[in-house]
Amino acid sequence: MSNRVAVIGVGQTKYASKRPDVSIAGLLREAAQRALDDAGLTYADIDAVVIGKAPDMFEGVMMPELYLADALGANGKPIMRVHTAGSVGGSTAIVASHLVEAGIHERVLTVAFEKQSESDAMWALTVRPPFQPSTVGGAGGYFAPYIRAYMRRSGAPADTGMRTVVKDRLNALKNPYAHLHQPDITLEQVAASPMLWDPIRYAETCPSSDGACAMVLASESAAAKAPGKPAWVHGTAMRSEPTMFAGRDQVNPQAGQDCARDVYKAAGITNPRKEIDCAEIYVPFSWFEAMWMENLGIAPLGEGWKMVQEGATGMDGDFPVNMSGGVLSSNPIGASGMIRYAEAAMQVRGTAGEHQLDGVRKAMGHAYGGGSQFFSMWIVGSEKP
Amino acid sequence: MRDVAVVGFAQTAYARSELELNETEMLMPVIHQALERGGIPQKEIGFTVSGSCDYLAGQPFAFVMALDAVGAWPPIRESHVEMDGAWALYEAWVRLQCGDIDSALVYAFGKSSLGDIRDVLTLQLDPYYTQPLWPDSVSMAALQARATLDAGKATEREMAEIAARSRRDARANAAAQVTGDFNADALLAERYISSPLRKHDCPPISDGAAAIVLAAGDLAQRVSKRPAWITGIDHRVEAHGLGMRDLTASASTRIAGERAGVGEGKVDVAELHAPFTHQEIILREALGLDDDVRVNPSGGALAANAVMVAGLTRIGEAAQRIIDGDANRVVAHATSGPCLQQNLVCVMEGRS
Repeated sequence: MSNRVAVIGVGQTKYASKRPDVSIAGLLREAAQRALDDAGLTYADIDAVVIGKAPDMFEGVMMPELYLADALGANGKPIMRVHTAGSVGGSTAIVASHLVEAGIHERVLTVAFEKQSESDAMWALTVRPPFQPSTVGGAGGYFAPYIRAYMRRSGAPADTGMRTVVKDRLNALKNPYAHLHQPDITLEQVAASPMLWDPIRYAETCPSSDGACAMVLASESAAAKAPGKPAWVHGTAMRSEPTMFAGRDQVNPQAGQDCARDVYKAAGITNPRKEIDCAEIYVPFSWFEAMWMENLGIAPLGEGWKMVQEGATGMDGDFPVNMSGGVLSSNPIGASGMIRYAEAAMQVRGTAGEHQLDGVRKAMGHAYGGGSQFFSMWIVGSEKP
Repeated sequence: MRDVAVVGFAQTAYARSELELNETEMLMPVIHQALERGGIPQKEIGFTVSGSCDYLAGQPFAFVMALDAVGAWPPIRESHVEMDGAWALYEAWVRLQCGDIDSALVYAFGKSSLGDIRDVLTLQLDPYYTQPLWPDSVSMAALQARATLDAGKATEREMAEIAARSRRDARANAAAQVTGDFNADALLAERYISSPLRKHDCPPISDGAAAIVLAAGDLAQRVSKRPAWITGIDHRVEAHGLGMRDLTASASTRIAGERAGVGEGKVDVAELHAPFTHQEIILREALGLDDDVRVNPSGGALAANAVMVAGLTRIGEAAQRIIDGDANRVVAHATSGPCLQQNLVCVMEGRS
């Protein structure tokens, strides 16, 4: 019943604070057209479209698949819209991959986006629903206590997060699509930036970006006709847990551990640190690189920060993370998860350009959302699974 | 395709305004009833997926707290679509086709009463060219109804008779919100609210929730005496702009119906998601349903129309006819967007 799935096309927009040169539809088409060109296809070749984005209030368009159906060539075809909070970009790709895996479609176009400049995410995140306290702090205010708890628990040196930022922003210089290009960034500069949500400094947060990312997913027979080398999907997984209950571990959430276990099992991986060559991990605030290394079982519990301090997650480390510059360098929220998946696919296809690593055979894409409660992951490989 | 069936369905009694329960509280009993009827405990469900929309509650991530109604601990395999629950069911059906899991829980919830739903639905429109003009959902449906009348495909009397029949049938549906013995002559004597639509041509504003349990192959047979087997399911969208398509027909429903195999056998019952009376006429034609097909015995969306739920409810109501042994082959339909822009068709049958 289960059919092989390949990534045969990847397309991204240039990420920027504001893309006033394009409409929402124009932004998606920019990424979609690039993915189609990469796959040697046109809209007419596509069987179905799956889109994803974070809350509709970020642009003020309710259920935007309706408005976007025309622009994405979906007239007369199926279109779906996924929304699983911050993990949505990853989940969207997984829902699209299932359409091929189940043998329903041959070629599926999947696009994730956010055009934050058309609304105000901070406003949309701080509405005051009845009977619930409003955090009025945005995502940073929400996650700062988790990071503080991690620091206390692990005894990690205070500059751990700053090291991740400097690494990611230097990596971003090699990625023409990245939003932030800061060639002169240093640890001192990050340390001197204003404290926003203690312990998160301004320079340790993701930017707010407009952008879209698209992929063409294909069956084995469709992939055989693609002009480029495909990335093969070796495993996918999604896990969720409730936002709050007594005893929940927000720092090292069970859903993340279970999701990692599922995806490793699906991809036949027993030693992830050895068998996975590199990973694109959802790190919107600097410290989450160290935290997710533990949650994913890449580092032993309490030692994720050591990977950062020792440079293991750098381009020349033994487990490179976020070669593209990651979420810390570009964050079109709803697309950020799909960018991780697409960048993982680019690494195994050998199409990552200046930030390409040598000889990548297996790569991981990771996304999370909500209160560290929604997880979505995939592992792609250069060879068929 | 792998055999997948609806084995359990539950819904709230729909209300004009559910003030005492929040969404999670509204959902919780429905989910547990569906699981109980489906004979599969929550801990054994392979995949959970829901449909809802942030703009109803007016807050981002409205679906997140709803997860509390499921009991997602230990962590579950879960997804969410910002679409009617019928599309969540489609995602679950696809997921079950992958073959590694055997059951799924699908749920949807919506409180249409929290905002002005006519204005809220306007936010679905093209944000640059159409949304700023604020056409509301009833006015757009009225344009479609006028075009359908002008094309000679419907009369105002037929529309009134659909309303009267739906609400008469709804008297037997404990979940229905608008029921009663209406007379077409009396209805036609009422004034227009948006010509040519009168009040009876429009759906009620409803709050509610629904849940469905799906099971594959042997598991479905084990937990249900008479599963409602899904023999075909497909969904299609068409152009967004009202001027870009023939409003008097539904091309997307026709394609979805053909691909789901509606015409491959006798249809006993059809549950059509037609929030406006004239849309039932358009949908019947698009699906090629004969006059002897019983349409919307539940009362349909004219009896209760919880936005994001009403499509999933059509699948549940149609499946229930099979589970109860009242029908052998049924069609369920769900719609989304202005004037039937997007449509899903699901064909189910009983085999015992």
